[in-house]
Amino acid sequence: MSDIDKATVAKIARLARIRIEDDKLDHLAGELNGIMHWIEQLNEVNTDNIAPMASVVDAKLRWRQDEVNDGGIQDKVLKNAPNAEYGFFTVPKVIE
Amino acid sequence: MAKYIIQGATGDFEVVLGLEVHAQVTSNAKLFSGAATDFGAEPNAQVSLVDAAMPGMLPTINEECVRQAVRTGLALGAQINKYSVFDRKNYFYADLPQGYQISQFKHPVVGEGIVKIDLEDGYTKEIGIERIHLEQDAGKSMHDQHPQFTYVDLNRSGVALMEIVSKPDMRSPEEAGAYLTKLRTILRYIGSCDGNMEQGSMRADVNVSVRRPGEPFGTRCEIKNVNSIRFVRQAIEYEARRQVDIIEDGGKIDQETRLFDPVKGETRSMRSKEEAHDYRYFPDPDLLPLEFDDAFIDAARASLPELPDDKRARFEGELGLSAYNAAVLVAEQESASFFEVILDETVKATKKPAKDVATKVANWVIGDLFGALNKAGKSVADSPVSAKQGAELLALIEDGTISGRIAKEVFELMFETGKDAGTIVEEKGLKQVSDTGAIERIIDEVIAANPGQLAEYRGGKDKLIGFFVGQVMKLSGGKANPGLVNQLLKPKLDG
Amino acid sequence: MTDLTKLTIAAARDLMAKGELSSRELTEAHIKAVEAARPLNAYVAETPEMALAQADAADAKRKAGDARAMTGIPVGIKDLFATKGVHTQACSHILDGFKPEYESTVTQKLWDNGAVMLGKLNMDEFAMGSSNETSYYGPVKNPWRAEGSNKDYVPGGSSGGSVASVAGYAAMGATASDTGGSIRQPAAFTGTYGIKPTYGRCSRYGMVAFASSLDQAGTITRTVRDGAIMLESICGFDPKDSTSVNMPVPNFEAALTGDIRGLKVGIPQEYHLAGMPAEIEALWHQGIEWMKAAGAEVVDINLPHTKYALPTYYIVAPAEASSNLARYDGVRYGLRVVPNGGGLNDMYEATRAAGFGDEVKRRIMIGTYVLSAGYYDAYYLKAQKVRQLISDDFKRAFEKVDVILTPTAPSAAFAFGEKSDDPVSMYLNDVFTVPASLAGIPGASVAAGLDAQGLPLGLQILGRPFDEETVLRVSGVIEEAAALKAEPKVWWR
Repeated sequence: MSDIDKATVAKIARLARIRIEDDKLDHLAGELNGIMHWIEQLNEVNTDNIAPMASVVDAKLRWRQDEVNDGGIQDKVLKNAPNAEYGFFTVPKVIE
Repeated sequence: MAKYIIQGATGDFEVVLGLEVHAQVTSNAKLFSGAATDFGAEPNAQVSLVDAAMPGMLPTINEECVRQAVRTGLALGAQINKYSVFDRKNYFYADLPQGYQISQFKHPVVGEGIVKIDLEDGYTKEIGIERIHLEQDAGKSMHDQHPQFTYVDLNRSGVALMEIVSKPDMRSPEEAGAYLTKLRTILRYIGSCDGNMEQGSMRADVNVSVRRPGEPFGTRCEIKNVNSIRFVRQAIEYEARRQVDIIEDGGKIDQETRLFDPVKGETRSMRSKEEAHDYRYFPDPDLLPLEFDDAFIDAARASLPELPDDKRARFEGELGLSAYNAAVLVAEQESASFFEVILDETVKATKKPAKDVATKVANWVIGDLFGALNKAGKSVADSPVSAKQGAELLALIEDGTISGRIAKEVFELMFETGKDAGTIVEEKGLKQVSDTGAIERIIDEVIAANPGQLAEYRGGKDKLIGFFVGQVMKLSGGKANPGLVNQLLKPKLDG
Repeated sequence: MTDLTKLTIAAARDLMAKGELSSRELTEAHIKAVEAARPLNAYVAETPEMALAQADAADAKRKAGDARAMTGIPVGIKDLFATKGVHTQACSHILDGFKPEYESTVTQKLWDNGAVMLGKLNMDEFAMGSSNETSYYGPVKNPWRAEGSNKDYVPGGSSGGSVASVAGYAAMGATASDTGGSIRQPAAFTGTYGIKPTYGRCSRYGMVAFASSLDQAGTITRTVRDGAIMLESICGFDPKDSTSVNMPVPNFEAALTGDIRGLKVGIPQEYHLAGMPAEIEALWHQGIEWMKAAGAEVVDINLPHTKYALPTYYIVAPAEASSNLARYDGVRYGLRVVPNGGGLNDMYEATRAAGFGDEVKRRIMIGTYVLSAGYYDAYYLKAQKVRQLISDDFKRAFEKVDVILTPTAPSAAFAFGEKSDDPVSMYLNDVFTVPASLAGIPGASVAAGLDAQGLPLGLQILGRPFDEETVLRVSGVIEEAAALKAEPKVWWR
């Protein structure tokens, strides 16, 4: 079913925002293909009329009250930032 | 109603429009964190560790956001889904700290519904709602603060949005405008969104395609984040024409995301958002499915106010208002409720049935009050004249204490000083004179002072009666009861 | 004087209660042991000053009559748990320098219960690995060596630092986390007791996420009783985690009655793997005999979808991980690499290329692939359906039996480099532990014997959701029956 070629690896890497050098693509394609082919034994399982598992916990989502009890911690939010200025995080300039 | 047609060199085209409206849910705290949602705070001051996507931080859902989404669904007559699921929409952007947006993809909380829009000349049209889902807003990137950097503020990150998706049912910029207007009115009525487009609490993504009549839908372009109703119309006009031109030149429309530039009045391609759209939606494993019961829906329904269409029908039917008056009053909930309070007070003060005074009250509210507010740049909410004060003024006209003309003068003073009508009438001695003897004395004085005009009148210049009425009113300081003046003046002039 | 680092938690607690031992003495002995154990590479950050301050506070509390379950007990914390102001990197380069401004619920509960933190423990990067070889801080060495050998063995993973510190007497207990076997498999490799409670028992708040629907905190200790004491102190409802379950936490230590008469113990036939070492089959058989001898009834059961658990796991876990790890983007914390003149996307790509190790990248790539357009139904959705079938297998089995007994891992600890070339052969280490992770049920690994080389082997006990008590009770019975006296020969001090 799957056949992960060099171009596919490059595409996935782009989606995942991980730079992969061209000379590594072939090796990675081989590895990923190995894993995916092993995974494809799942095709043997008949899953007709089986609902996908929705959650491990057999419960309804709990709701919180609409109360402001967080925030106001700009210093903590920015504390670990590689670069922050005037209360903002910064990133290389984006041109839209 | 005239069809909106774009004339091309090779024939006519029609435009097909669908809107995705992002409406900020009115809530104190964010959708999945306890940080505040207020507008205009210091950068990153309304950010929790959850909003900043610190490692190991987890979302917990705000009940009020669920309730408001359900109320909105009910107000649009939509299907409410008692089971819905939050999914992750995965993409990278500077102001998206988690690297994904928590949204609802396959199972939204609200399904199909309808918005009835009001068009020119009393025409209406039903626009289908496809779905409404809850999702997180992103933060804000500022690209113009620094030569090398984009600044990122996460205050909006995690604020609850309702994405209200219409069906591609609109066929003109006017319809799209009317749809947004109506949607905004409904949201403001029920209080699920403040509808403030300047502050970004309501934004629209507009899907535009064109086709020759009868043909299947064309390829659409999505114009992102348009933040006023006027811009929505302008963007559609420009974009539809652009697409027609491309097709007529033998080109093909690329499905793409575009941006509206309000300065140039143009749309342009947003290349930065174009690359590799693959959001890899999957159910958020940090959250369980969202479930609620009928009792929750019933309580949400019970909390809804009278909706604009119902109110309008009642104003026309029960109160006999004109379609125009009803529409103007209903457009904003503050106006409608001001009208209802003032009507109620006027009924109390005059002891007349509502139907008898409703039109006079409506005319005064729309003409005098709204006019003055408009001039002063004020909203109904901060009107210096309260509904109760307005009712007192109207009652004074109704029982003949003051004339309509004096009432305008009194209202001006009320608007300036905030004083009650009665006080002003008392202070300025503006009570209407209805004593026939007193009026007759003034008439006699006026006739005596204007023999020339009297001769002309008696010589056949009937119109001069207006001159005499004016003089009498002037001499009385505007206080003479105009009905009585008319009644008493003519026999004396005729001799 | 006795070596204080060889005390169990229960024994130290009792001595401290009697006033014969202070937390200060106990902690000082452990701080020395932590330093001496550096050749194991179990700790990535040591916090001796904090430990001594906590120890003194614990002694003061005890004097004031406010002693709790873990008061004065020095423990190690897996680097995956956020500890305020202290190194928290999930042993990844991408979290370089990250010191959180918050505390995980699990560690907060430990401190509330009086525990003392010795430092942060090494692990596979983002808990992705079964040998602790993927850590940015280098591999952890197993305190155990094959008899007569000087070769280093892996401690298992991902909680390699947790098990090595506990087996190597450099902590009385350690927190750990289990996504597909990261507590149980390393416990088996080091002769320690590892227990993972039911999904939802321990809050995930402040625990660096790998795969949210699978991650569950647990403990590593040297005895079952210590496991009961420490586990109870980290469990409990937390409103900050939407998947945390609001149920009272029983007294786990009280569950250790030693009485399993009439208990039905299931033996899943699908766990008899072709090619599994005879020693492991034999150990399993021995376990069955111990159960019978203790008066339990042994029942053969079927878990028909067992074979598909690993491939299911290797879709679900990477899919969730690919999304959970998207937040490591160089913007708000950790590593940032900006190529000369690079824009935002260049920064993302360079930061993540430099910050993630090979195994993490591999899993992010797989996860991204199985969720991408055109593959979602074939992979992710399919896997979630099979996951349901696996969960149903357990549900049906637990209608017939109270607990399930299996080997923990298909082999004993292996030497470094033996399996790191082929990802799939490494993944097969978790063949017995992954099914329970997928179903979210509680599981433990208890040391039950040694292989021919003198390396420890473990047996796995799986229980019904929220029935950790039976898992603990059966663990205790095996521990007593095995009466394992062997301990690793100290070569690292």
